[in-house]
Amino acid sequence: MNIDEIKPVIFGILRGIAPESDPSTLDPDENIRQALDIDSFDALNFFVRINDTFGISVPESDYGQLNTMSEILGYLSNRME
Amino acid sequence: MAEFRMPSLGSDMEAGTLLEWRVKPGDRVRRRDVIAVVETEKAAIEIEVYADGIVERLLVQPGEKVPVGTVMAIIRTEAEPDTPRPTASEPVSPPAPAKAATPEPMEIQFPAADRRIKASPYARRLAAHRGIDLGAVQGTGPGGAISAADIQRAVPSAPAEEKSRPVPAEDKPAEGPHTAMRRAIAAAMARSKREIPHAYFQTRIDMQRTLDWLAAENLKRPIQNRILPVVPLIRAVSLALEEVPELNGFWVEGRHRIAEAIHIGFVINLRQGGLIAPALLNTAQKGVDELMAGLRDLITRARSGGLRSSEMTEATITITNLGERGVETVFGIIYPPQVALVGFGKITDQPWCENGMLGIRPILTATLSADHRAVDGHRCALFLDALNRRLQEPSTL
Repeated sequence: MNIDEIKPVIFGILRGIAPESDPSTLDPDENIRQALDIDSFDALNFFVRINDTFGISVPESDYGQLNTMSEILGYLSNRME
Repeated sequence: MAEFRMPSLGSDMEAGTLLEWRVKPGDRVRRRDVIAVVETEKAAIEIEVYADGIVERLLVQPGEKVPVGTVMAIIRTEAEPDTPRPTASEPVSPPAPAKAATPEPMEIQFPAADRRIKASPYARRLAAHRGIDLGAVQGTGPGGAISAADIQRAVPSAPAEEKSRPVPAEDKPAEGPHTAMRRAIAAAMARSKREIPHAYFQTRIDMQRTLDWLAAENLKRPIQNRILPVVPLIRAVSLALEEVPELNGFWVEGRHRIAEAIHIGFVINLRQGGLIAPALLNTAQKGVDELMAGLRDLITRARSGGLRSSEMTEATITITNLGERGVETVFGIIYPPQVALVGFGKITDQPWCENGMLGIRPILTATLSADHRAVDGHRCALFLDALNRRLQEPSTL
């Protein structure tokens, strides 16, 4: 999967968590937690969905590396290689 | 014969709107069955019945808004014979307050550029259930917020001439969910500060041991079973309450009543604004995994609809956790008739002295707001001490 294929899937997961939001309007370097008002419960759900969808289990120690769309896309495409 | 009344789902509730009956006359019900769904200013709540019996009559129609205490149904309890039905002219409930008669509250202004669609959780659930696109619904609340009533109006899609007809004034909700929720919160908080002599206590807790333990525990778990940092805090509060039970209970009619079970109310912020504090029931019996599962379930239902009346009425103490957004210390306002509220702030790295050594530790500020009519400072100090002690021995959580 390349970044263009991963992106809409991430948008879908974020919309499931923050139904009132439009993640496609996010700036690539915008902090998603702040922009979409994601709390730790939402964040855990996000990583559970990532695991369900891509089979990638993000360890807690990596949470801090995944704050923006570009960071998430970079991390996931690296892990898929 | 038991009367089923509109329950008070929290000290901030004055009236509720019946959304649906889950039973019909003649149905057999058992204690704790959900028999109705009621929309309050905050959420749609599933209402449980507190008697075994057979539904005799339903006295309130879906869509009606009635004050707390209004008889909504008659339940014939077991062992009672069939009784002759009362005549229809018997007054069964006080008239619902005229919706248009409530004074227009101050509207909350939303920024015009807000890109989110505002809608109540029940409206979202209803819309999802009926396949309605929220974007296509005209909200009538402040800032265009969509209420359940808006969704109900949206289906079946009205013919063109219906649409052009102005909505009768009495059908139009007098206020949207945001304004109503704000008013409900305002009433409860004002009552608390008016009636309860709050005493405040604060302590700083070294969270190193608990966080290390949590990280190790979470490494062992598949991602869907990971435990959030607030869960060991809830567990520690529960254990500390067993040592200082005076903080777990109510102040009612001038008397302090200690509750037997521990039901911890947990403040959950709602995505569309406002907050709700449903209870994790029977916390004392639950370990961290069960608490995590319970919290997951509670937050999910608080945000999507489906909280139960027992969860809204039985909290014996409340926890507010404001650490998510960088608040270091919160002194909360007690939810009457409870007598205590525990507040947690953000865990931050701080210089910390232990055994004569200076180090950097993750520090949590824990606070306790207590009703000084019910408890004295000494008991509050014992509680915070117990809380700290539990968090220094995470393997006992």
